Amino acid sequence: MLQPEAEWRAHLAGGRFMIQRSRSTGGHVFYPRVAEPGTGAEDLEWVEASGEGVVHAVTVVRKKDPADNYNVVLVDLAEGPRLMSRVDGLPADRVAIGLKVRARIIEEGDTPLLVFVPA
Amino acid sequence: MTMTHGFPRGRAAIVGAATFGIGKCPGISAVDMAAKAALLALADAGISLSEVDALYTSAPYEALGGMELAEYLGLTPEITDCNRTGGSAFEVYVQQAALALDAGLIDCALIAYGSNPASNPPPGVGMTRQSPWEAPYRPLAPISSYALAASRHMHLYGTTREQLAEVAVAARQWARLNPEAAVRDPLTVDEVLGARMVSDPLTVRDCCLFNDGAAAIVMVRADRARDCAKAPIPVLGAAHAVTHREISSMPDLTVTGAAISGPQAFAQAGLVPADIDVVMLYDAFTITPILFLEDLGFCPKGEGGRFVSGGHIAPGGGLAVNTNGGGLSCVHPGMYGLFLLVEAVRQLRGAAGERQIADAHLAIAHGNGGVLSSEATVVLGSAQAAG
Repeated sequence: MLQPEAEWRAHLAGGRFMIQRSRSTGGHVFYPRVAEPGTGAEDLEWVEASGEGVVHAVTVVRKKDPADNYNVVLVDLAEGPRLMSRVDGLPADRVAIGLKVRARIIEEGDTPLLVFVPA
Repeated sequence: MTMTHGFPRGRAAIVGAATFGIGKCPGISAVDMAAKAALLALADAGISLSEVDALYTSAPYEALGGMELAEYLGLTPEITDCNRTGGSAFEVYVQQAALALDAGLIDCALIAYGSNPASNPPPGVGMTRQSPWEAPYRPLAPISSYALAASRHMHLYGTTREQLAEVAVAARQWARLNPEAAVRDPLTVDEVLGARMVSDPLTVRDCCLFNDGAAAIVMVRADRARDCAKAPIPVLGAAHAVTHREISSMPDLTVTGAAISGPQAFAQAGLVPADIDVVMLYDAFTITPILFLEDLGFCPKGEGGRFVSGGHIAPGGGLAVNTNGGGLSCVHPGMYGLFLLVEAVRQLRGAAGERQIADAHLAIAHGNGGVLSSEATVVLGSAQAAG
């Protein structure tokens, strides 16, 4: 039995950013689930994401100390799905829509976290 | 031509409408407030509590709120709903109640809501789970989601922060005409722009209030409506669309489900946007009326920012939008959708006081829930306009 979130996290802990793909439709799926949205196709397999993406939308969450500001982005993956993440390696207010980014797995709070860095 | 989907145009009407406890309502519970608003709306209609046989509510902190309010009021409703489409739930209830009334399943629907988060802060654990796919990135819920949509709209269409601020300023100008509105101080575009930035591009003045308030409406079939205390307001159309739950799954960040619900509701009513006198749009954040003006057809996609500029939706402007002061300046206790309907009814009855729109015969109330996730449009008309 497919365990979408648990399997995805196990892959991430192993250093791999995986997404799902339907064998019949070829469509890529993120976040992980038991069937492709829209088609209901259940023939999902794990494939390694290219890690390439483009910033689709961005906001900066403002804290009392500007040094603590951080960005929240939506990234369009090269494979098609969109996800929420953060761009590291740039000041928060330098992250712009259209920026080409690459996935990176970091440790945050003792758990692996998928973020992006400028490509 | 959009199908009308068999909506019973004009065959059910809102006959009672009321608000209660707007602003600060300390010392009582949310269900107390909903009950007070319900009784005020029934009195407004001239209908007794015992006539109610359908109950629609969305309690703020009680997942089983439908049963809670039925018990509280001593009702035995044959339809009870406590749906979870957020602030749009109340527009959805109008749709569902109109259908159930027309089918003869029920004779009198009560739609009620109360919440006092300002006086009675909500419990730490809410009724919604955090998305495992978003929470690790610490977006502020829900403002960052709306900020992301705003960023996209600005990128694609050149919408500016000044244009967003115009929405807040127009709401405030309307609020200044509404004695019930919670915040009535003057507000300028510069003050909105200079307010504390929370989640770019939205400052604290781009965000709705989080205060106390309750509201209720009563619906019956058109034949019964003629015998009520005040002029009935027929429901001419009502449609709903859900597109996603979390912002990362929104199909297009600049096109909401209002682009589906709006055309359907207008088609049911046999009307077009240009016919509408009063436009009530859920303004959780300043970006939302801009998106809804576009998606509902009041202006082309991408033109919303320019449309609201120059006081166009403020008192004396070209289009009367959010005449009660909106969620931005009147009331927003967590789920605001019912207050849109009450204000539309007041305008169509000619009972809106200093902010009354002359010859107001047609109105829409457009509710939003989640993070632009659920969109529901109700078209209302005076009995004269309903034909």
